[in-house]
Amino acid sequence: MASIAVNGIEAAPGAAVNDAAVEIKGVHKWFGAFYVLRDIDLTVRRGERIVVCGPSGSGKSTLLRCINGLEAYQRGEIVVDGIALGNDPKRIAQVRREVGMVFQQFNLFPHLTVLENCTLAPINVRKMPPAKAEEIARRFLKRVRIPEQADKYPGQLSGGQQQRVAIARALCMSPKLMMFDEPTSALDPEMVKEVLDTMVELAMDGMTMIVVSHEMGFARQVASRMVFMDAGQVVEVNTPDAFFNHPQHERTKLFLGQILK
Amino acid sequence: MTTPGASGAVAVSDAVFVRRTPAPDLAPPFASTGWIGWVRANLFATPFNAVLTVFTVLLLAWIVPPTVRFLVIDAVWTGTDREACLASAQHPHLGACWAFVTEYRSYFTYGSYPIDQRWRVDVFFALLAFGIAWVLWIDAPRRGLGALYFFAVLPVVSFFLLYGLPPLGLEIVDTARWGGALVTVVVASVGIAVSLPLGILLALGRRSSMPAVKFLSVIFIEFVRGVPLITVLFMASVMLPLFLPPAWSPDKLIRALVGVALFSSAYMAEVVRGGLQAIPKGQWEAAAALGLGYWQALRFIVLPQALRISIPNIVNSYVALFKDTTLVFFVGIFDFLKTIEVARVDPVWATPVTSTTGYAFAAVVYFICCYSMSRYASGIERRLAVSERR
Repeated sequence: MASIAVNGIEAAPGAAVNDAAVEIKGVHKWFGAFYVLRDIDLTVRRGERIVVCGPSGSGKSTLLRCINGLEAYQRGEIVVDGIALGNDPKRIAQVRREVGMVFQQFNLFPHLTVLENCTLAPINVRKMPPAKAEEIARRFLKRVRIPEQADKYPGQLSGGQQQRVAIARALCMSPKLMMFDEPTSALDPEMVKEVLDTMVELAMDGMTMIVVSHEMGFARQVASRMVFMDAGQVVEVNTPDAFFNHPQHERTKLFLGQILK
Repeated sequence: MTTPGASGAVAVSDAVFVRRTPAPDLAPPFASTGWIGWVRANLFATPFNAVLTVFTVLLLAWIVPPTVRFLVIDAVWTGTDREACLASAQHPHLGACWAFVTEYRSYFTYGSYPIDQRWRVDVFFALLAFGIAWVLWIDAPRRGLGALYFFAVLPVVSFFLLYGLPPLGLEIVDTARWGGALVTVVVASVGIAVSLPLGILLALGRRSSMPAVKFLSVIFIEFVRGVPLITVLFMASVMLPLFLPPAWSPDKLIRALVGVALFSSAYMAEVVRGGLQAIPKGQWEAAAALGLGYWQALRFIVLPQALRISIPNIVNSYVALFKDTTLVFFVGIFDFLKTIEVARVDPVWATPVTSTTGYAFAAVVYFICCYSMSRYASGIERRLAVSERR
């Protein structure tokens, strides 16, 4: 994965034939009769950092969850790292190994220590020797700046620390793509920054990221492109600069007017 | 706020407050700590609470002394027949006739198992105790091996040990001759060892998204739960032989074992289902997002948490199952309680206190077993509660 300029708007340089990390083509999804995703088209290139925003219920999280098969979609196609997802459990499993996900509610495993949270999947999914998995886990815990918490249980940590463990846990699988589903929405205000800082560092290292977030400061700092969704549709895709300063769509203007005040 | 100095703060005005020195550490009031505090908080907190305390003390004063007198102080510990336990000049007050229990202790333990073969039962008890200790002791070495021993090796070895294996010189002992604590232990162990795994599978089946699996699990669970255990046992012992050719018809004890195991599995399934439902969906999702498959997520993430939540109910089911084993005596199996039933009418020991003593003995034995289970479970709960602090 090529490292790229921090504020670069372009995707990874030297775009080859398949430089797409994720291709979403004409995806439609219904929850029963409720139409949640309407004809979504979006391509995320390797090294790109996409920030998705939009009002609640606009389908942002659902789109994210479709990319790693946590939700099924009824029409269209999603290709992740060259693997067409479909409804094939084998390919979904293959994709999940390569895609890390960080949840709003952290979803750490409360009965396992921080270290065990981080080594469980590498040992059991990647079949890594435990000693090596532990070494890698400690390295990532150090990187998210909580190496000293390795032997505690998640319940003993603050929200911000838990979310950083969740990031480390996902990184331990050495994913090609990281997805964040409103990673700071459940945090106390004092904890938001420590999580965002971790994510900025990750972005600087060239990680491909799709982030559902309303942290506009973060978006300005790291986003390659902004995606604005409303009522199940992609309404506007733009560079952060254009998105914040010259939004094109009326709905985008209205939304930004609401959240930026 | 308006008294500067006293609170360590300087009031600039009524609306502005800035603390200059931290609030000092004060000791708690005397009456809220120590034993006086405990008594006040727990025994005499409210008038109703105080009445309950007094009432409980009176109740204990009324019940405990006569019980202790009967079971211990006036009890007869040695003797060879009823004469020892009858009231006499040296022994004016009737007490428990423990001499009767001592006399019958072998029968209570082995039933009619041939006397010269009883060492086999002793070996079985030793192997079982070893297995239980290995599995229950959390810090024991090689617990995986312990589980293999307990769930795979022990049942096979025990079967041949108790039933017999002529090539090895162990003569066949028909299960009709098994009895006493041996039968109770066998029925309870099989029920306990089978009902948890089977109950987990049924609970998963009931929550499955596959309609056929779900349907079969629901039918089984609801049917078994809708029928009393005694009916299941009668069906197993009376109706099954009507449908099967005699050569196929399994042994009476085995039929009862299957009945008890299936019955308790249905209850266990509902207990485990409650635990499974308490696990947030996010746990499954986080496991899936990391690439863990269904069975891996179940084994590493969901079951450990679900079972921990269920421990009180699982143990409750086990205690109920242990006591329900006494019902096998209705289908003619000589369990521990049935051997007491038989012994207490022995004319050699006919005294006014023989039955009482027999039942008191049964009560003590069942209480020790059930209470140990619940104590062990609460120990485990405390130990596993480390991660509960969230």
